[in-house]
Parts: sequence; C-alpha cells; structure tokens
Amino acid sequence: MRDGRGRRGVPVGVPRRTAHPGSRVVRRAGRAAQYAALLAYLAFLAFPLLWLLSTAFKPPRELGSSHPTWIPRDPTFSNFRQAFDEQPLLRAGLNSLLVALAAALIAVLVATPMAYVLARRRTRLARAVSGWVVVSQAFPFVLLIIPLFLLLKNLRLIDSPAGLVIVYVVWALPFALWMLTGYVRAVPRELEEAAAVDGAGRLRTLVSVTAPLLAPGIAATAMFAFVTAWNEFFFALVLLKTPERQTLPVILTHFIGAEGVADLGPLAAASFLATLPSLVVFAFVQRRITGGLLAGAVKS
Amino acid sequence: MRVRQGVLDRGAWFLVLPALVPILVLSVGPLLYGISLAFTDAQSGRTRATQWIGSLNFRDLLHDTLFWESFRIGLVWAFGVTVPQFLLALGLASLLNQGLRLGWLARALAIVPWAMPEVVVGIMWRLVYHPDAGILNETLRSVGLGDGRDWLGGLGTALPAVIVVGVWAGLPTTTVALLAGLQNTPRELHEAAQVDGAGAWRRFRAVTWPALRPVALAITALNFIWNFNSFALVYVLTSGGPGGRTRLPMLFAYEEAFRYGQFGYAAAMGCVMVAVVAVCLSVFLAGRLTRGAES
Repeated sequence: MRDGRGRRGVPVGVPRRTAHPGSRVVRRAGRAAQYAALLAYLAFLAFPLLWLLSTAFKPPRELGSSHPTWIPRDPTFSNFRQAFDEQPLLRAGLNSLLVALAAALIAVLVATPMAYVLARRRTRLARAVSGWVVVSQAFPFVLLIIPLFLLLKNLRLIDSPAGLVIVYVVWALPFALWMLTGYVRAVPRELEEAAAVDGAGRLRTLVSVTAPLLAPGIAATAMFAFVTAWNEFFFALVLLKTPERQTLPVILTHFIGAEGVADLGPLAAASFLATLPSLVVFAFVQRRITGGLLAGAVKS
Repeated sequence: MRVRQGVLDRGAWFLVLPALVPILVLSVGPLLYGISLAFTDAQSGRTRATQWIGSLNFRDLLHDTLFWESFRIGLVWAFGVTVPQFLLALGLASLLNQGLRLGWLARALAIVPWAMPEVVVGIMWRLVYHPDAGILNETLRSVGLGDGRDWLGGLGTALPAVIVVGVWAGLPTTTVALLAGLQNTPRELHEAAQVDGAGAWRRFRAVTWPALRPVALAITALNFIWNFNSFALVYVLTSGGPGGRTRLPMLFAYEEAFRYGQFGYAAAMGCVMVAVVAVCLSVFLAGRLTRGAES
C-alpha cells in the first residue's frame, strides 16, 4: 500500500493549496484521533484473546476470586493437565486432524480440474456452477443436513469419520472452486498458448506450465479447506455420537456442563490448544487466502 | 490465438465430473430432497412410512409464535451484526489505508478471530462475560460502572451481548476485504480530486465508493446471509437462552430436527429461511443493479 509515493501524494509541480492558519493543528489533531481509533480497535480485538490466555494459566484459587486480575499471580500449567484428564482431547485432536486433512486433500483434488475448466471456458455449465457457488452460500444448513443425515444413515455412515469427510468435501467445494478459479485466471493464458505453439500437448502444457504456477494457489485453497473443516461444529455435532469419534469443537462443548456451569481453567486451556493449529496455518497463508477469496469475488 | 481448444472441450468432461458428481449427488440432490421433506411428516426413528402432507407444515408454521419470535430475533441479530460490522470495518479500512504506525499489528491480529473455531470464540466470550470471574464486570467495576451483571443470562442483555460477539468475530475479515478494495481505488483520481479541492466526504463519494462498491456489496450480502443462518457461536454462548431471547432460527430448527425428531417441520423452517434470505438478497441486488445503471 505504501508504494513509495509521498504520503500525501501531491504530484510534483502542483502548487499546494495555501494553508490557512491553524490547519497544521487540525491535521495533528486528526492524526491523534486516528491513532486513538486504531488503539481502540486493537484493544477490542485483543482483550478477549488475552483474557482467554490469562484464564488458561490461572490456578483454581485465582479463578474463584471475585476480583479477577489480568495477569495470573501464580501461573500454572495444571489447567492443561486437567483438561486432558477430563476429556479425550488427544483423541479428539487426532480425529479432527484426520477428518480435516482428508477433506482438504479430496476437495482440492476434485475441485482443481473443474476450476480450470470454469476459468478458461465461459460455457453454460461454468455459469451454472458459478451461480450454484453463490446460491449455496444462502442455504441454511438444516435444509442440507436433514437429507444428508438420512442418506448417511442409509449408508451406515452416521457416527463415522468417513461420513463427516464426505460432508466436509461437499461443504468446502463452493469456496474451493471460487478461490481456485481466481487463481487459474491469474495464470496468463498466453503462457499456455506459447507452450502449445512450441509443440507441447495439452496435458504436457497443463503439467509443466500451468500446474507449477498454480501450486501455491492450490496449497492455499487446501489450507483454507483444512481450517474450515478443523473449525466446523454443526455437522460434527449432528453426525458424530460416540465421544471417541467426536472432533475437537464438539468435545470442547462437553466442558460446559448441562446447566452451563463450566470448569473455567481447563475450558480455557483446551480452547487455546484447539485454536493453535488453524492459527499456525493461517499465519502462513493469510495473504494468499485473502487474495484468493477476493480474486474470486472481483473477477467473476 | 486459440490453440487446440477442441482437445480441452473433449477433455473438459473428464476434468469436470469429479467435482460435478459430488455437487449433484451430495449437495443439489439433498437440497431438493430437503425442500420436498418440508411437505412430508418425516420424523426420525419412526417405523411408519413417511407421508406427503402438502402444505400442512407451513400452515402450522404460520401459527407457530415461537418460530416467528426466533425469526424476528434472527433478523435483529443479522442486521445488528452486519450493519455495525460494515460501518466499523469501513472506518477501520480507511484508517489502515493511511499507513499508520501500528497498522501492521492490526492486520496481523485480524487473522486471529478468523482462524479461531467459532466454538472457541463463543467459549472465550463466555469467559469475558462471566458474572464473577469475567473481565468485563471487573473492568466496569474498576471504573465505577455496573455492579456485576450476568450479561448472557439477563433477559435484556443477552441479545446485545451476543451481537457484540458476532461483530467481534466478523469485523477483521470485513475490514481486510474492504482494505483490499480500497487499495484497488485509483490513487491518481484521489490526487486529482484533492488538487481540485474536493473535501474528504466528496472524495469518498466520487472516487472511493464507486471503486469499493463491488467488494463492499458482496461482503455485506454474504455477511448478512451467514449471520442469519449462523449457529455455532450462539449455541455455545447461550444455547438460545435465556427464555429463548437469543434463539436464532437455526437453533430452533436444529432443536426441532435433532432433539424432537421433527424432520419435516424443521425442513419447512429451512425453506422459510431460504425464502427470506432470497427476498432480502433480491432487494439488495435490485438496488445494486439500478444504481449500477445510473453510473
């Protein structure tokens, strides 16, 4: 965004408007207000996050106090140990990992070829699919989950990770197609045509010219699908019954008892741990993902 | 120059089918099936065959005051989250576009709410709102405000409290999207307008907004739909309580379907939700088209 041009960006040779007295003070005050707004935003963003961290490291004694403090006086890891004791966190993490990995891989494998066709050919099918991508965002999940529930029940895939993977693949497809189509459009058609002129076949062109240029986009899409599946709650809640098969978000809600009473320390510790993987993934590909989502939005 | 287009055409089906089949079988199909279920008395765990009952579910729904109450709550929630989110995000995006010194931190932090599972966001805010051990009440107490409210448990405070969480959860994404849109606005036009002596508001109306509009409309429409259909956040925060004050339509339909087994009735609720979103969207898009025609 700072592209080397002057901050105010007044072109050279154009006389500045004559400053009327006091305009400097006004500008200073403006800057101060801007920083105040920015700090308020940062505080709003950060304070629940910091509170989660603080709670995760507090011993039960401090959690029971009616005058809570920001910084634990006596920080401890005992909440983490207790969280693992109370709920099958490791098992749930493994379930989440497997389901999310499988869903991300399959979604990308299936979506990439189609995205390629959608991006390169303006056919009726391409328009129908783009329309479906938009429409699919508008459907409340109940309308999808009841028939899927009945279907998976007939296939004996309720309470099974495979059933959840299927649902997640279908659920991730619209956005995967959306992102990937944008990435394909960013690969100049001329490169492919040049390769074709040089005598490379269509397949050869795809494999040795297009695929390498597309790889980062495919990776970003896969990570996006992974994180969505890792974070997903509703389908997992409906489809998985046995605690040993449930994913992390579902297990987390078990920390909150039936009456809404929760053991705050372990709850915070487990929540913190559940966030780490997607946070790490997003930290790596954040720019690409925003880029990809917007590319899909702006160019289609 | 179009080379060997024919090969792609023949190969295209091969490339398209792996995605098209699951879309048709597991998404379009179930949606149509779901809509048709709305006209049946389908229930879970029943041996008697499901029967076609026409519009009976919809007639029942018409008289279901609890559903309409949840519907009203859903609309309040969706507007209550989407509108402030957009206005705040617009302000923040233009702020971050100024190249302020801490801007990078704001952008780095922005991914956090986005990357968090909604369940964790809900849990986190439960900790903040906790009547005794929460930081909100302690902060208010320390500045001499409030006497320790149960924010999520209070009849009057629960909905506003969850709306704040909704805004928090989606604000960074919206900001980042609008910021990207702002960076697409032609700088030269801005400069020209400034030289011509256009004030900030006129520059925004004449230069920034026209360039920003496609992104702004897309993100706002999506936010509205997602919010209206959202589930996990409020499920974790209040499970719809207290006294149904935060029972969004999705929570209602979920309970109807998977607690009471009324699949047909819940599907009918889903249909009504779709209809409302469709109406809202078409009004929105009609506005977009007419305004697009003007410019």
